Amino acid sequence: MATFVLRRLALLIPVLLGVSIVVFGLIRAVPGDPVSIMIGVDQRYTPEQIEAIRRSYGLDQPLPVQYVKWMSHVVQGDLGRSLRTRRTITEELGLRLPVTIELAVLAGLIGTIPAVTAGVIAAVKRNSWLDYGATIATLIGVSVPNFLLATLLVLIFSYWLRWLPPIGFAKLTEDPVQNLRTMILPAVSLSMPLAAILMRNTRSAVLEVLSQDHVRVARAKGLPASTVLTRHVLKNASIPIITVGGIQIATLLGGTVIIETIFGLPGIGRYIYEAIANRDYPVVQGVVLVISTMFVLISVAVDILYAVMDPRLRHR
Amino acid sequence: MTSAEGTESGLSAEGGTATAGALTLGAAVRQPRRPTIWTTIRRQRLALTGALIVTFFAVVAVVGPMFAPHGPTEQFPQHRLESPSRAYPFGTDEFGRDILSRLLYGARISFEVGAIAVGIAGSLGILLGMIAGYRRGWLDNVLSLLMDIVYAFPAILLAIAIITMLGNSLANVMIAIAIVYTPTFMRVVRGATLSVRNMAFVEAAVSLGASTPRILVRHIFPNITAPLIVHASLNFAFAVLAEASLAFLGLGNKPPAPSWGSMVSSSYGFLQLAPWAAIFPGVAIALTVLGFNLLGDGLRDALDPRLRS
Repeated sequence: MATFVLRRLALLIPVLLGVSIVVFGLIRAVPGDPVSIMIGVDQRYTPEQIEAIRRSYGLDQPLPVQYVKWMSHVVQGDLGRSLRTRRTITEELGLRLPVTIELAVLAGLIGTIPAVTAGVIAAVKRNSWLDYGATIATLIGVSVPNFLLATLLVLIFSYWLRWLPPIGFAKLTEDPVQNLRTMILPAVSLSMPLAAILMRNTRSAVLEVLSQDHVRVARAKGLPASTVLTRHVLKNASIPIITVGGIQIATLLGGTVIIETIFGLPGIGRYIYEAIANRDYPVVQGVVLVISTMFVLISVAVDILYAVMDPRLRHR
Repeated sequence: MTSAEGTESGLSAEGGTATAGALTLGAAVRQPRRPTIWTTIRRQRLALTGALIVTFFAVVAVVGPMFAPHGPTEQFPQHRLESPSRAYPFGTDEFGRDILSRLLYGARISFEVGAIAVGIAGSLGILLGMIAGYRRGWLDNVLSLLMDIVYAFPAILLAIAIITMLGNSLANVMIAIAIVYTPTFMRVVRGATLSVRNMAFVEAAVSLGASTPRILVRHIFPNITAPLIVHASLNFAFAVLAEASLAFLGLGNKPPAPSWGSMVSSSYGFLQLAPWAAIFPGVAIALTVLGFNLLGDGLRDALDPRLRS
C-alpha cells in the first residue's frame, strides 16, 4: 500500500511541473510583456526607465532562469502581488479560499447524498416510474448550464417566493444562519452536474453488481434484501461511484467562477473573474495555479482512496 | 461513462428485452441479422428525440436569420422589457430588442463555435491519439503526459486563462475550447487505436510493406470511427455549454452580438421585471445541449454496444 501511494505521488511530480510551466508560459504569451501591461499607456516613463523596471523584475533574464526564480517564490507561498490592489495574492487567497471551500463542500453534500440514494433506488426499482424519473432528471441535470439553474433558482426563491437573498454574503463565523441562507442557492446550482452524473453512475454500478453471481448466492442463502443491498451490492458498487464523484467534485472548482460571480460570493472564483476583467495577470496566474493544483491533488486522493477500497489495484 | 444505461432504461420495454434476448439466445439458436445503425436509432426513442432536436437547431442556425422578424440588434426603445406578445413572441429585452430574432441569429454562433471547436479538437486528437497509440514508446509517453497536463486544469478555468492571454474574441473562444477538449479526443482515439493495432489485418498490411501513414489512414482510422463519432457528439454538447458559460462571463462575442449565454447574463439584472429575457435563451442552450447528449448516448448504443461500460 505504501509503495502504491508513493508511486502515485511520484507520478504527480511531472504533471504538477507541467502545470506550473503552462501557467508560467501563459503570462509570457500575453502580447507585450508584464511591465508594459503594468505601466499601461502611462507616457511618463522613458524607455530607459522601463528597461530598469524590467531588470528589477528579472525580466531581462532568460526564460528558464525566470521560471526557476518564479517557482522558488511559489514554493515558499509567494504568488506575487495584484497589479491593481498591490496586495499579495497569497494574503487574498487566505481570505477567499474558505468561502470557496465551504461552497464546494456544501455543493458536494447536496450533490452526492440525494444523488446516490436516488441512483440506488432507480437501480433496485429498475424500469419503474421512479427509474424513468431519475433518468429524465439526469438528462436535464447534464444539459442545463449551471448559470441557467442559478438564474431560475434566484427567480423562484428570491424574487417570487422571497425566501432567500438573491445576492450577498455573511461570514460563517459571524452569522452562520445568514451565511447558510446566502450559500444554499449557489451550492445547489453548483451541485447539479455532479448530482446528475453521480446518479447515472450509481444506477449503472448498482445494476451491474446486482446481476452478479455473488448477489444471487447471497439471496439464495436467504439473507434479507436489506443486508444483500448494503453488504453485498453497495460495498461493491461504491468503487466506481467514488471515482466518478471524486472527479466531479474536483470539477466543481471550475464552476465556482460562474456561480460566485452570479451570487456575489467573495471566493476565489469571483477573484479570478474580477482579475480577468481588470487584466490583472499575476492574479489570474496565481489563482489558476492554486485551483489546478487542488484539482490534481483531489484526483490523486481519489486514486489512493480507490486503492484502499480495492486491493487488486495496489499491485498494478 | 455509463450513459448507455440511462438511455436504455428510457426505451420501450420491447427494445430492451429484444436486445437482451439476442445476447443470450442468439448464439445458440440463430445468429440474428445485425441491426443497422438506423434501425437501432429508430428503436431508441430518446436518441431519435436527440437527433430531432439537433436537426431542428441546426436548421435554425442555417436559415433562422431569414425568418427573424427583426434584426438581431434592432432596437425598439418604446417597447423595452415587454412580455411575450403577438408582435414579439418571446418578448423584448432591456434595449427593446426582439428576443426571438436574437435567438434565431444566436443559434448560428453556438453551432459555429461547436463545429469549429470540435473540428479542431477532433483533428488534433485523432492525429496525436493515433500516433501515440500506434507508435507507443517514448512518443506515447510524452504525448500522454502533455495531455495529462492539459487535463489537470478544470476545463472552464483553462479556457478562461487562455482567452485572457490570447485576447477576448470569438475566435479565441473557439481555440480555447478546442485546446481544453483535445485531450479527451486523444484518449478516446489512443485507446481505440491500441485495441486495433495488434489485429491480424494491421499485421497483414505491415507485412505487405504498407507505410505507417497508409496503415493509419486506411486500416486503423476506419476501425476507430465508432467511438469517435459518439465522442464528437457528446463533445459538441460540451462545446455549446462552454461557449454559453464563457459568453455569460463576458468572454467571446462583444455585447450587441446575440450569443445565447450573453443574452442570459445581460438580462440577469432585469430578472424580476422580465424573466422571459433570460429564460428563453437559457432554454435554447439547455435544449441544444440535451439534443447532443441524447444523440451521443443513442449513437453509443447503436454503433458499439461494447462501449457500454
